[in-house]
Amino acid sequence: MRKVYSRILQIVGDVIAVEAEGVGNQELAEINTSRGKSLAQVIKLDGSKVSLQVFAGSRGISTGDEVRFLGHRMQVSFSDNLMGRIFNGSGIPRDNGPSLADNMVEIGGPSVNPAKRIIPNRMVRTGIPMIDVFNSLVVSQKLPIFSVAGEPYNELLARIAMQAEVDVIILGGLGLKYDDFLFFRDTLEEHGALSRSILFVHTASDPTVECIMVPDMCLAVAEQFAIKGKDVLVLLTDMTNFADALKEVAVTMEQIPSNRGYPGDLYSQLAARYEKAVDFSDQGSITVLAVTTMPGDDVTHPVPDNTGYITEGQFYLRNGRIEPFGSLSRLKQQVNGKTREDHRTVMDTMIQLYADFKETKEKLAMGFQVSKWDEKLLKYGALFEEKLMSLKVNVPLEKALDRGWEIMAECFSPEETGIKTEMTNKFWPKSKTPVEQEPRAGEEEGEGIEEGPRTVEELSAGDGNNNSAAGKKN
Amino acid sequence: MSERTGKISAINGNMIVAEFENYVLQNEVAYAVAGNEKLKSEVIRIRGRKADLQVYENTESLKVGDKVEFSGELLSVELGPGLLTQIYDGLQNPLPQIAKECGYFLKRGVYLNALSYEQEWEFTPEAKKGDKVKAGDFLGSVPEGIFKHYITVPFSFREEYEVSSVAPKGNYKIKDTIAEIKDKKGNTEKVSMVQLWPVKLPIRAYAEKIKPADPLITKVRIIDTLVPVALGGTYCIPGPFGAGKTVLQQITSRHAEVDIVIIAACGERAGEVVETLLEFPELKDPRTGKSLMERTIIICNTSSMPVAARESSVYTAVTIAEYYRQMGLNVLLLPDSTSRWAQAMREMSGRLEEIPGEEAFPAYLESRIASFYERAGIVRLNNGKIGSVTIGGTVSPAGGNFEEPVTQATLKVVGAFLGLSRARSDARKYPAIDPLDSWSKYESVVEREQVEYVRYILRKSSEVGQMMKVVGEEGTAMSDFIEYLKGEFVDDVYLQQNAFDEVDGATPAERQKYVFGILYEILKSDFTFGTKDEARHFFHEIRQEFKNWNSDPWGSGKFGERQKSLKEKVEKNVKDKG
Ligand SMILES: Nc1ncnc2c1ncn2[C@@H]1O[C@H](COP(=O)(O)OP(=O)(O)OP(=O)(O)O)[C@@H](O)[C@H]1O
Ligand SMILES: [Mg+2]
Repeated sequence: MRKVYSRILQIVGDVIAVEAEGVGNQELAEINTSRGKSLAQVIKLDGSKVSLQVFAGSRGISTGDEVRFLGHRMQVSFSDNLMGRIFNGSGIPRDNGPSLADNMVEIGGPSVNPAKRIIPNRMVRTGIPMIDVFNSLVVSQKLPIFSVAGEPYNELLARIAMQAEVDVIILGGLGLKYDDFLFFRDTLEEHGALSRSILFVHTASDPTVECIMVPDMCLAVAEQFAIKGKDVLVLLTDMTNFADALKEVAVTMEQIPSNRGYPGDLYSQLAARYEKAVDFSDQGSITVLAVTTMPGDDVTHPVPDNTGYITEGQFYLRNGRIEPFGSLSRLKQQVNGKTREDHRTVMDTMIQLYADFKETKEKLAMGFQVSKWDEKLLKYGALFEEKLMSLKVNVPLEKALDRGWEIMAECFSPEETGIKTEMTNKFWPKSKTPVEQEPRAGEEEGEGIEEGPRTVEELSAGDGNNNSAAGKKN
Repeated sequence: MSERTGKISAINGNMIVAEFENYVLQNEVAYAVAGNEKLKSEVIRIRGRKADLQVYENTESLKVGDKVEFSGELLSVELGPGLLTQIYDGLQNPLPQIAKECGYFLKRGVYLNALSYEQEWEFTPEAKKGDKVKAGDFLGSVPEGIFKHYITVPFSFREEYEVSSVAPKGNYKIKDTIAEIKDKKGNTEKVSMVQLWPVKLPIRAYAEKIKPADPLITKVRIIDTLVPVALGGTYCIPGPFGAGKTVLQQITSRHAEVDIVIIAACGERAGEVVETLLEFPELKDPRTGKSLMERTIIICNTSSMPVAARESSVYTAVTIAEYYRQMGLNVLLLPDSTSRWAQAMREMSGRLEEIPGEEAFPAYLESRIASFYERAGIVRLNNGKIGSVTIGGTVSPAGGNFEEPVTQATLKVVGAFLGLSRARSDARKYPAIDPLDSWSKYESVVEREQVEYVRYILRKSSEVGQMMKVVGEEGTAMSDFIEYLKGEFVDDVYLQQNAFDEVDGATPAERQKYVFGILYEILKSDFTFGTKDEARHFFHEIRQEFKNWNSDPWGSGKFGERQKSLKEKVEKNVKDKG
């Protein structure tokens, strides 16, 4: 029987200090309070003064409460019984199911030996053209979705999870709104995916410290499944809340902040989690998709900034769409060379043309003259946004590539795209005769997608700030 | 040595405080004993009977009262044949062997020999009995891959010695004695093929340090031509995330005209190291015809590995670089990223509760960065041979803003600044080095006058481009418009380079000189165009031609043909100079 201590010296924030002997760094303890039991973790030792971070928060803790050290670090049970279950950040069931205590594994374990990694080479198909075509997601990639509050990032996460062919889905909720939690649970259930999912959910009303535990709990379980040959997809939403929880604790510990109040080790803390993404040569894999909301839509804010330096690219979610600019999958070249031979061509050309379209739009906004070419671009841009960029679109990669050709053919002649002749000979849609076409070409293209604006006039009309600059023309 | 020990009295993250009885040495290595694990640490501060140590491992489960063993040695690396092709962690543990021993995951407290003590090397003596020698002088050599690896008098030997004996030609293990030397007092020292050197001290066993003058050819055009690097010089690559720092280093690590490349992956992604370590053995070094791995050493302390070892990894790397420099070789050291190293210092400084400077970096940040880059240089060895260490580190500024402590401290000490810009990388203009903001103190491979002119064109073009955003194309004078197009042209056909194209991906110095000369002629030409569309069309046409030319092998028939057709196209539009 382990010794019980009941001399709490200090309570500051969610950190308490007790006088105790023989306690290991990062060891777990149990505190008996009038509100019930809570776990706490040793975060600092100084002589006989032991500082602990209390998972359930320090509210209501009395200086006379009992602290019992458990002799091990934070652990999580690992077995197939986890499937379909929902826990909080301390691993306590929040679905009325039984608590699990078999096969406990420590969380936050050591990192994978780089010499044991392989170069990732399997694509994750999502049915979202902006991902599949333009920034392919790769098994074992760590990728955040940069987004401002209010964007449908959780819907996007859920959609990718439903579409991806993985063995296990692990959702980590960090400061999740209760509604969003229900949304995830219901979506998984509807798609019959709940039975291969495990949820560790910290909601906005739960104690801060539990928020910090969530990624480690998710990733420790993921690692166990991966070693057993499973492909695991870990979803973390929202990692900005994780960083804010770290900040809160650091402030309590009187650490000197480095940047806007965040602790100096924010980079290492985030990296320790994201780097768990891995593809084992002869076993399974962990892919990490995370949401990082950007306070004030500012990508230079310490959280998105540090994240960008760690992850293998990022998706920018803006106005309900994945932006082609700024979004980047750094691993895409590992997979998009062996999908279909026109994949890279379509990707490069369409983005280049879309960039030209953006420039033309700017020109239009400034009131400069618009050329024939510009008109073609405007039409192209509108079609692109509607038929590929919209998150409503859900088509397999091959279909998306075909659609890309169709859009280009509807707007340009083959030469105008700058695509090599051998490619256009093979892929350019035969039926289209784009050169003779009038800009108004709303008649064709079915596929149940609503017709968007097609002409320059309509486009300008939809563009709020274009008229003002008209007078500037020299 | 009598065993000196202490007891842990406090633990805070990877910092522990040990109370000791005897004495301790500043910066000596110590081991915190946790059960049957011994965790490597370094003494970083001593106050009274208490020593503060940074632990190179996770301090989980350490207890107050646990034993600390002091080693009496500074943190050192093993130097000897067999370093090349290795993949080490920041403390010089060979990662592939660790994988063999421990499996998928790294295990704390496991330290393996950096070099094989069993492998035999074919030693050929160079010195003979009676020779007067001092630290760094060659005693013999062994072949290590494509290099002649010299075995020297250990750098730590301070005296002048006389060689008493040298082993005859034959096969030896690194711990075998290959020479005996004797100092003036008659004390004999045995010399083997391996020596230890403390990583935080520069190796100074050379005659003199000389001024870097010769260019280090990277085969990246924008670097060699506009912002060149010198053998023995220093440069930095700051840039926001995703701008292309790592890719640029990967490109240079493949193509740079140096003997040895040391990649120091410091606090960055493990995946990127994996790419290098799996691809290099397959890639051929055009200079030697052998695999690129034969000239490469990887020091890898990625972001999820212990932070204190990250701090030491750059020192491990630079010490190994200096070691090969001592053989008269040119070594290129590529740390990615020095910001992670600086952050490791910041984390430790915070735990020591030192008074913080800007953005909580320690006050000694600048001097540490300066003394690190000072370890680069070109030296004349005692025997007259020349060797060099060039350092090109990446910097990862917070928010991509160069006005931050690490970038600024680095800019003060380096010889070239290769700043990557978000605008250029977003526009997929690779390498995304900003041609206007970047600078270099070193000599370009092309003529200065030509470079100056091209700089002028680039600047002017950018100005016109800015102006055009306000007044439109129609509000821009034809002459300005042409300069604008000229600048875009230089950028498109010369500054940007397709890393994936076999020919375009690496441009030798000779070709750069030649092509830049032609480019210069084109830019100097006086063009006439009826309309702006005509002008644009013309430049687009020659751009296409020039880009194709970039992919034609140097000296091939195609190269000549394309040049001719390019010339014809250009001349058609040149104003007759009456
Ligand atoms: N020269 C290049 N040619 C083609 N693509 C490039 C080039 N440089 C960079 N890229 C693209 O940009 C991506 C990011 O590059 P890189 O990893 O070098 O960025 P970084 O500056 O090192 O970023 P971080 O600071 O996050 O490590 C690459 O994955 C690649 O897609
Ligand atoms: Mg990088």
